Amino acid sequence: MADHHEHHAPTGLKRWLFSTNHKDIGSLYLWFSFIMFLIGGLLAMVIRTELLYPGMQVVDPDFFNQMTTTHGLIMVFGAVMPAFVGLANWMIPLMIGAPDMALPRMNNWSFWILPAAFAILVSSVLMSAFGPGHPQAPNFGWTFYAPLSTTYGPASTDFFILSVHMMGISSIMGAINVIVTVLNMRAPGMTMMKMPLFVWTWLITAFLLIAVMPVLAGAVTMMLTDRHFGTSFFNAAGGGDPVLFQHIFWFFGHPEVYIMILPAFGVVSAIIPTFARKPLFGYASMVYATGSIALLSFVVWAHHMFAVGMPLAGMLFFMYMTMLISVPTGVKVFNWVATMWRGSLTFELPMKWAIAFVILFTIGGLSGLMLAITPADIQYHDSYFVVAHFHYVLVSGAIFSMFAAVYYWLPKWTGVMYDKFWGEVHFWSSLLSVNLLFFPMHFVGLAGMPRRYADYALQFADYNFWISIGGFWFGISQLFLLWVLIKACFLKKGEKATAEVWENPEGLEWTVPSPAPFHTFDTPPVVK
Amino acid sequence: MSENLDQRNRRIIKKLVLTVAGMFVFAFAMVPLYNVLCDITGLNGKTNSAAITHVPEGMEADEDRSVLVQFVTRNDPHMPWLFEPMERSVRVHPGEIKAVNFRVRNDTDRDMISQAIPSLAPGLAASHFKKTQCFCFDQQPLAAHSEQVMPMIFYIDPSIPKHVTTITLSYTLFDITDRASGRAGEVAAR
Repeated sequence: MADHHEHHAPTGLKRWLFSTNHKDIGSLYLWFSFIMFLIGGLLAMVIRTELLYPGMQVVDPDFFNQMTTTHGLIMVFGAVMPAFVGLANWMIPLMIGAPDMALPRMNNWSFWILPAAFAILVSSVLMSAFGPGHPQAPNFGWTFYAPLSTTYGPASTDFFILSVHMMGISSIMGAINVIVTVLNMRAPGMTMMKMPLFVWTWLITAFLLIAVMPVLAGAVTMMLTDRHFGTSFFNAAGGGDPVLFQHIFWFFGHPEVYIMILPAFGVVSAIIPTFARKPLFGYASMVYATGSIALLSFVVWAHHMFAVGMPLAGMLFFMYMTMLISVPTGVKVFNWVATMWRGSLTFELPMKWAIAFVILFTIGGLSGLMLAITPADIQYHDSYFVVAHFHYVLVSGAIFSMFAAVYYWLPKWTGVMYDKFWGEVHFWSSLLSVNLLFFPMHFVGLAGMPRRYADYALQFADYNFWISIGGFWFGISQLFLLWVLIKACFLKKGEKATAEVWENPEGLEWTVPSPAPFHTFDTPPVVK
Repeated sequence: MSENLDQRNRRIIKKLVLTVAGMFVFAFAMVPLYNVLCDITGLNGKTNSAAITHVPEGMEADEDRSVLVQFVTRNDPHMPWLFEPMERSVRVHPGEIKAVNFRVRNDTDRDMISQAIPSLAPGLAASHFKKTQCFCFDQQPLAAHSEQVMPMIFYIDPSIPKHVTTITLSYTLFDITDRASGRAGEVAAR
């Protein structure tokens, strides 16, 4: 055991390229996702610049469509998903008392596929913006409905297909790693029902990934063969059906949205008890709620397709199933509130983000409930109301929880406290701007402004002006986070963090020193 | 202990990889599943794709009510033929067997093959709309600069819900010359 500590990790580029250490790979994932978040944000800035005023001023409509498409793809597959995988890499072994992930080499591979996948996708955007002749980047929306992406897809659709295949492989490998780690590497005494909720939510997320990423791979494979090998899965001319594409896509797509939010539930369930100084209320019900959300996610996909048309019985089924999801989700929200109830609350930054998450995510959940009502959805479908809904759950939901996680565990990762002043600026600036950005979208959506258009009717001008201002403000706010991260990660400036960091937090990760040493739990801790 | 862990890991990995492969196959299995479901429910207005050979014994026209059947034709953007119904609409009694004709004309300089794809609205009526003969069951070749009349014979099942008084049957005509002659992929690549 003793000589184990003496092995020298490679330094420089090799340390990162060949790394099999869960902490290094976790950091790689987190930085990668942050860079993707900034790139995806930049594309959103183009969208909001065009929509600042009515009429066409900055980009042509086709380029606008390329922006909405790649913004969505980069944010979903490049920012949110890898961010949570990075968090899983860093925290799951520390939380269950394991020395590393179960499959460290596969871990390395699953990360390094990602930069290649996104280099391919982003290159199509760069070529479209700066290349000779400006060949189109994917322009069919992140949902890549056939026939927009098959018969009418630009040549770069094939870049997109390869890229999606690669990120799918990466996610599947990451998920396998998480499952094997959680099932086999827990410290003695760490029973399943003693695991921190973050580990539970990630375990369930990993099963969702295993179940639906192959379906996405199947969908893009069918697109590929439809485009180049003469099949007609989605082509009516050969007996196929474009609506089938939507069924396959959303069979993946709906569990996918829970893949992006379940780990967020885990993060918030870790943070709120720490700053309420009370154990999490209703731990077991949280576990079961997560499981039921995951199961229900497989039987609600067609609520994305109410406007496509289906038998009445189908619409009713999908409507009721969708509304049923609000029960376990409600259990979670009530449990978080009950955890805070009569706790001795303090409002450090992670707690601020977590509370913002609970409130704003609930707003997003409620608009989701409105969208679940079939007759109402026919009206709301493809309007800015939908855009408002999924940005409330993904930006002020998933991404805010990511911010909460970063502020919560950053002292453990780097050994120094984050810069409180710029952290506060980041929080308040993001909180105000995110609402200025997304709340008015509800109104313009209900008033009939459709999504994915480069222009709008004049009556939406004032709202869109303020939405764009909110967008620029939110974008700039993220630079404060960049500074906080640079200061803590690279300059190592700040108050030295203790092992516990916070007041009496629960969890094995607080028993190792800060910063967490390169190797932890070589001897498994005993959990009582 | 460590070897033991390796074995346990391997066992789980094997199961997970099998699940991944199974779900990939499932994505493709959704294609036939979907078609079966559409046939049963009439989802997407799919009408029968092979001729009904046996008209139900003793089926009688229900003279008390009638349904207006409208015909809509459209061409895929790559299809240059003229394609139109010879009657825009017909009024039929449920249970009555009716024949209608569609006209196609190929004004191009090449022999081509077409395929018509039906879609029926409202979708709920699709399973009550029975075709005993239809040009859409087969590929339709047509020589350059020639014209053809294509028949479609149908009846409406008397069990059709009473509230359905109008049915719209639309045909989209696709050029499948390249596909049918084995030059696969060129259609999609255009």
